[in-house]
Parts: sequence; structure tokens; C-alpha cells
Amino acid sequence: MYSVGIDVGSVAAKAVVFDGHEIVAKEIIPTGWSPKESGEKLFEMVTSMARVDKNEIKSIVGTGYGRVALSFIDRKVTEITCHGKGAHFIDSNIRTVIDIGGQDSKVIKLDEKGNIIDFLMNDKCAAGTGRFLQVMAHALEIDVSELSQIGEGATPETISSMCTVFAESEVISLMASGASKEGIAAGLLQSVCSKTYTLVSKVGVQNKVFFSGGVSKNYLLREFLSKKLGVEVFSSELSQYLGAIGAAVIGYRD
Amino acid sequence: MRPEIMAEVEGLRGVNSVKIKEASEAGKKVVGMYCVFSPQEIAMAADAITVSLCGTIQAPIEEAEKELPRNLCPLIKSSYGFAITDKCPYFYFSDVLLAETTCDGKKKMYELMSKLKPMHIMNLPQTANAENSLELWKKEMIYFKEFLEKQFGVEITDDKLRAAIKLLNRERKAMKRLHQLNAHKPAPLSGMDMMLAQWLKGFNVDKEAGIELIERLTKEVEERVEKGIYAFDENAPRILLTGCPIGSGSEKVLRILEESGASVVALENCTGYKGLDVLVDEDKDPITALAEKYLSTPCSCMTNNNGRLDLIERLAKEYEVDGIVDLTWQACHTYNIESFTVKNFAKDVLNLPFLQIETDYSDSDVGQIKVRVEAFLEGIK
Ligand code: SF4
Ligand code: SF4
Repeated sequence: MYSVGIDVGSVAAKAVVFDGHEIVAKEIIPTGWSPKESGEKLFEMVTSMARVDKNEIKSIVGTGYGRVALSFIDRKVTEITCHGKGAHFIDSNIRTVIDIGGQDSKVIKLDEKGNIIDFLMNDKCAAGTGRFLQVMAHALEIDVSELSQIGEGATPETISSMCTVFAESEVISLMASGASKEGIAAGLLQSVCSKTYTLVSKVGVQNKVFFSGGVSKNYLLREFLSKKLGVEVFSSELSQYLGAIGAAVIGYRD
Repeated sequence: MRPEIMAEVEGLRGVNSVKIKEASEAGKKVVGMYCVFSPQEIAMAADAITVSLCGTIQAPIEEAEKELPRNLCPLIKSSYGFAITDKCPYFYFSDVLLAETTCDGKKKMYELMSKLKPMHIMNLPQTANAENSLELWKKEMIYFKEFLEKQFGVEITDDKLRAAIKLLNRERKAMKRLHQLNAHKPAPLSGMDMMLAQWLKGFNVDKEAGIELIERLTKEVEERVEKGIYAFDENAPRILLTGCPIGSGSEKVLRILEESGASVVALENCTGYKGLDVLVDEDKDPITALAEKYLSTPCSCMTNNNGRLDLIERLAKEYEVDGIVDLTWQACHTYNIESFTVKNFAKDVLNLPFLQIETDYSDSDVGQIKVRVEAFLEGIK
């Protein structure tokens, strides 16, 4: 038997197929304008990839902001619980999960069974989220995926505004005053790092720390976070699928 | 299914706005009040009607923001908005206003509001435990009494005070009994209905009729318990809601909690149980007894405010709650800072899951709050 976990986020939709031991198929597509459509499409994609028949599926669990739009799922679970379960599945030693997605950032504290002890989520504001980095990269006229590469080894410029709108004009005036792209890129990642650090500190860091969500692909930010927190921050190629994995695990087990 | 009498309770707002007009036109005096620290008994002993004016609705905030900073607690902005737009019949018919020096935001807003109507301000001590606090607060009671005597040309006798104390104690006891019904597992009354019943009593023009209505509601709920009719099923996580005041229009967080499957069994906030807990001593000199009762209010404006932790602990145990949710209105420093203390207390002493939500009256963050609330409830199950 199999279970399917679908995580429809604000930017990307992810799905995995789980056979009770392993992830046997995974896929990611842009969410686009319709979370319902991308969720359905993704379901077809992963089940055919894994070559599973519909009646071999015991449960489909949806998570992420788009979960409410999915009509074919058996259960909805919040991304917070799913990230906790997903992290525990990947490595049962994980106690802190830092998840930075397109719209929100959260920190989750887990016990040894992968249950959530505590969590914090950013409020309405976009500071410190993927959206923040995207807007800033746009101002720098680079792709958001290039930030790490460009910023590596540079002396970070100070970005003092917390607010995305103000930080954008700060970046523009820094560029006008001749600051290097490299320095600004590093400065932006530092600013996300310190914002995340505050969030993590409120919950309290507990080793092992895992970094998930789209922004975790940013290796320089992960390095900054490790330094600031004083413990190694791990990530994995499955990071972006954490929510979907957690959903599939929940669907399989309970 | 909700109790039938709730429809009558909900109708109170409309009924009372007519009653207050009639009473005012018939020459009755009305005292508008803003806070749980307001000694209603003194106004009643002056033969006046008391109404609660705390703003709990988003609509007048836009107007208020023309004069007040945007980054201010929505309760203060809403209260002020109602005052300057004349949209609240209770404000309109208030002959005088009573304000207290509680949080900084309210204090400074009252300075602006005092230009609209005669206002009396009571100087609330910053702490309830200092040696001179009670003396000071007693004097403030006397000043308020003298203010009303002068304004309304009446004499407030000890006998009248005693009668008012008795009446309001009866009201508190009736409300308390209603509240305590939810200690039953599962809870027979939803948190929403509980909040409405308590909030609407603040508009009650006819106290006796109000008490009678609450007693009838209690009776109906008791009968439902006997028949095994409850507001939620027995697996619903039982939540204690604490923090800033809420009312109709600012019930967002309470509503999200219950829509997500929780049963809010206890409302610790000042629009809930906080003001009901302690009765006024009926045997003491009335002014002293009133000063003692009101000074014991465990509000975050006081430093320290350990009484709040005691009350939370008591309610958490009596109501067998599964988690604590602390609501903070945006820019409310006192409750926001105190939330850290409450969180540690919930986790370390009570061993209960805790969630703080900071928000305002708007609907812009409903989706966000839902995620947090649902995840919190998933963690409890
Ligand atoms: S929270 Fe405190 S200051 Fe605000 S209304 Fe309640 S008792 Fe008054
Ligand atoms: S909620 Fe906080 S800021 Fe607002 S009036 Fe009450 S104590 Fe003051």
C-alpha cells in the first residue's frame, strides 16, 4: 500500500508517494494561479511516476496554504505538523526545524518522537521570507538563486530596514552610492539570517537543526545561520519536500 | 444547536439601545465606562445607568486614525472612533464618562476624548501590592463619588452604595454560575455564546431583568447537560483564552479557535471571568470594600501582575483545559510583554501547550491565524 502527500505552497507545489519505508516518487511544479489544478496535476504525475494504481493508495493528505482547495484528498493537516513529521522521518535526531518558504517563515521544536513541542510563525510581514529575497534579487537585477554565489566571500553591507518595501529602496540607494552587488547580496542574506535568528531564539535552539523550505537551497544563508546559532544547520535535497513527506507519513501511519 | 435563550440574549443590544434612549429622555443619568476597574456601584448609587463603552468593532477605526496613530491598540482606536463619529448610541446618551489611568495608550487617548464630554479620571495605582495603593484607590473612589454628586446634584449615601453592591454581586454570581457550567466535560456552552452573554451584560439598562435572563439561560443549559446536549463533542480540545478584552466584532480569534474544532471553555480576560472572580465584601464600609475589590483585578497594567497567573492556574485546573491561548491586540505593550511570563508559566508550571496570537480587528490575517491555531490543536490531539 501507498500514501500520497501533497504540499501546495504559495510558490511551488510538491508531492511524494510513500510506501511505508521510502519515498518512491517525488515531484515539484510551480503552484501557478490555481492551487487546485496544480494539486490535481501533481497527483497524477507522482502516481504515474511511481506506477501505483488508485486502489493501492490508502490515503492522500494535503498540506500547505492551498490544501483547502484540494477536493480529492482524505485529510488536511497544517504545514507545521507536516514539517515536523517530515523532518523526523528524514532524521529522527532533528529537534529544531527552520522552514523558510515563499510567504512565511517558521521555527518548529520537536521532541524525540517528532511531535511538536512549540512553534513560531512570522506575522503578516514578509521580512525574512523567500518573498523578501525575491524582491531584493529583483532590485539587484539577478535571479534569487544567484544570491549565494554572488555574496560568497564578500563583506556584507548593512541592510537596516526590516520592511520589504523600505529594504528595497535601501538596496537601490546602496547601489547608487556605489556599493558592490556582492556586498549587498551578502548583506541581504545577513538580514534574513538575523531575522530568522530572533525567531529561532524565541523558541530556543535544540540540536540537531534542520533547514527546510525553498529558501534552504541558499547555501550561504545556511552557513550564516550555522555561524550565528553556533551549531551546524543541516539541509538535504529533500528539504523542499519536507511538508509533502510529512503529509505522506501521517497518511500512512495514522 | 445553541440554547434557545441565546437569541434573546443577542437581542439585548438592540433592545437596550432603545431603552437607553427612553431612560435618558425620561431624565435618567447615564455614565459611560471603559474598563473593568470602573466601580459601577458608585454610579448606580447615584441612581445612574452604567454602560460599557469599550470599542470592539473595526468600522470606526478609520475615522479614529485621522487623529490617533495607526500603530495603536484597536480597542483604543475603536473606542475613540465611536466617540467622534457619534455612531454608538451608548456613547451618545452618556452624560459623563469615567476613565482610568490604565495603559498609556488609553490614558493619552482619554485626554483627547475628554474634550467631547465631561469626563472623570480615576488615578489607578501602578501596583496593587504597595502599602499605600489601597489608600490611594480608596481616595479615588471618594473623588469619583463626589464628582457624580456634583454633576448630578444627588447624594450618594452608604445605604445606596450597599444596595448597589448587593445587586451587582448578584449579577456577578449569576454570571459566574453560567461560566462555571463549562467546567463540565464536554462543555455545554460554546465560548462564542459565553462571550456574547458576558459582553451584552455591559449594555444592560435593567439590571434585574438582565440577571433574570442569565438565570434562565443557566437553567436551560443545566437542563441540556442533564439531557447530554453539549456544544462540542467530548474530543474537542478544551482551551482557556486569556489576554486582551474581546467583544462582539473582535471575536476573531475565539471564532477561529472554535471553527477549527476547539472548545473554548474558559475566558480569563476582563470581558470574561476576570471581573467576576472576586465579589465585593457586603459587610465592610462600602468604599473600602469597593476599593479592595477593584484593586484586586489582575490586569497587565499592574506591576507585578502575579494574580493573573494564579487565576489562570485555578481556571486551568477547574476547567480541565488542554491548552492556553493568549490574545494580544497589536501594540498592547502590557499584555504583549506579559505573554512571555504567561508562556513560561503555562509550559513550566502547568505543563500545558501555549499559543500567543498578536492581531488586530481586521480580517487580513485570518488565514495565517488559522494555520497557527490548527497546528496548535493538532499538537494537542
Ligand atoms: S485589559 Fe485591563 S485596562 Fe484593558 S479593559 Fe481590561 S482591565 Fe481595563
Ligand atoms: S488591550 Fe492593551 S493597549 Fe489596548 S486598551 Fe487594553 S491594555 Fe490598553
